[in-house]
Amino acid sequence: MHEMALAESVRGIVENAVRDRPGCKVKTVVLEIGTLASVEVDALRFCLEVVLRDSVADGANVEVENVPGQGWCIECAGNVPISSLFDACPDCGGYQVRPTSGTEMRVKELEVE
Amino acid sequence: MCTVCGCGGGGAKIGTAARRPKARPVSGKTVAWRPVGEHEHEHVHLDGTRHSHPHEHPHDHDHAPDEHEHVHLHADGTRHGHAHSHPHDHTHGEAHAGVEHVSEGAGHMHFGTGPAHAHVPGMSQSQMLKIEQDILGKNGALAAINRREFAARGIFALNLVSSPGSGKTSLLVRTIRELADRVAVTVIEGDQQTEFDAERIRETGVPALQINTGKGCHLDADMVARGLRKLAPADDSLLLIENVGNLVCPAAFDLGEAHKVAILSVTEGEDKPLKYPDMFAAADLMLLNKIDLLPYLDFDTERAIDYARRVNPALVVIRVSARTGEGFDEWLAWIDAGLQRARRDRSAPQAR
Repeated sequence: MHEMALAESVRGIVENAVRDRPGCKVKTVVLEIGTLASVEVDALRFCLEVVLRDSVADGANVEVENVPGQGWCIECAGNVPISSLFDACPDCGGYQVRPTSGTEMRVKELEVE
Repeated sequence: MCTVCGCGGGGAKIGTAARRPKARPVSGKTVAWRPVGEHEHEHVHLDGTRHSHPHEHPHDHDHAPDEHEHVHLHADGTRHGHAHSHPHDHTHGEAHAGVEHVSEGAGHMHFGTGPAHAHVPGMSQSQMLKIEQDILGKNGALAAINRREFAARGIFALNLVSSPGSGKTSLLVRTIRELADRVAVTVIEGDQQTEFDAERIRETGVPALQINTGKGCHLDADMVARGLRKLAPADDSLLLIENVGNLVCPAAFDLGEAHKVAILSVTEGEDKPLKYPDMFAAADLMLLNKIDLLPYLDFDTERAIDYARRVNPALVVIRVSARTGEGFDEWLAWIDAGLQRARRDRSAPQAR
């Protein structure tokens, strides 16, 4: 349950991004969260609601864009879709799959006015 | 298809009232919409009826030069923005967000006579700032500083992670006793409360710093950096960081260590690597501890290792008992190899 720490990081990034825009208001925070990232999106939303209070992004709409999981199957020597870190390769059924995409947790963009 | 919400065109999609990311003006880039010309519209009237018809509407408009701001992120992490403008000509078929297009008739409001054929509330005053920053970027940057310091000083740092009660501290105590006469060791102990673990380590004669995270569930790179200033580990030494007993959160926080070492004891379930996959994915080595208890348990060692390698095919596994010392030759040899690597890299940093 480190979503609170993540939410605080998001607030830091948001405040830093608009530091040179006095009086601006952040209306939307767009996050990019991979399927394989160790984040519970609902918990993160809840924490953000609390953490963003009284900040430039107080009441901001939080949009979460999902990044599908993808892994490199050593057996098949190709990228395959996976939905968890322990998924078997959908083609060969083997577990020699290393995640290549879907572990990201990023603040993508902000809508400000 | 409507280029703002995706409706219309080859099959109307109603219900996507929210903005889609692709409709946002991207600073510094001209977004090409589809050309204006003859096309089909879907209208929703105030009385709820909906119909569509093809029509054409050539139109004129003026707009200010495309003035906007760029935010630059430099490699050193500093960021600055500056405004500039691109005066430009264009024929229709290009985008110009920032100009509202609303046409009105009796009992009929049409939001969407602009080139994108849609009205986006608030779009005229607000703007999108591209951020593209890792949420854990700050921790990552601090961890990189720790890692550089370890590399410059030949320190081999390990981040030991596990559930509470897997025997981390006992394992550390034995490891330190076996290494103490030939390797300088320092220890950072992370726990929510108490100084107990650091005291156990100090009994072995090596310096140990206790970090209490209070309500926190993991150590972060900043705590370790501050701990390092207090501990001042020697060059070419071994730094053991015992994280808070928690199989979830510490996985996400890089401390600057060379390796995360996950400890799984055979008194836990063999399915833990699947229940808590993030930690086993983040680790490079798994120590299967308390193997002296195997005769009294139903623990299936092979299955546990198989599960762990499903999550992380490259995971190295060593079976140990901190009580009997079984498997310690292999574990200490693994540490020695790491210490040698750290020393070699310090003396020849250009080789890295």
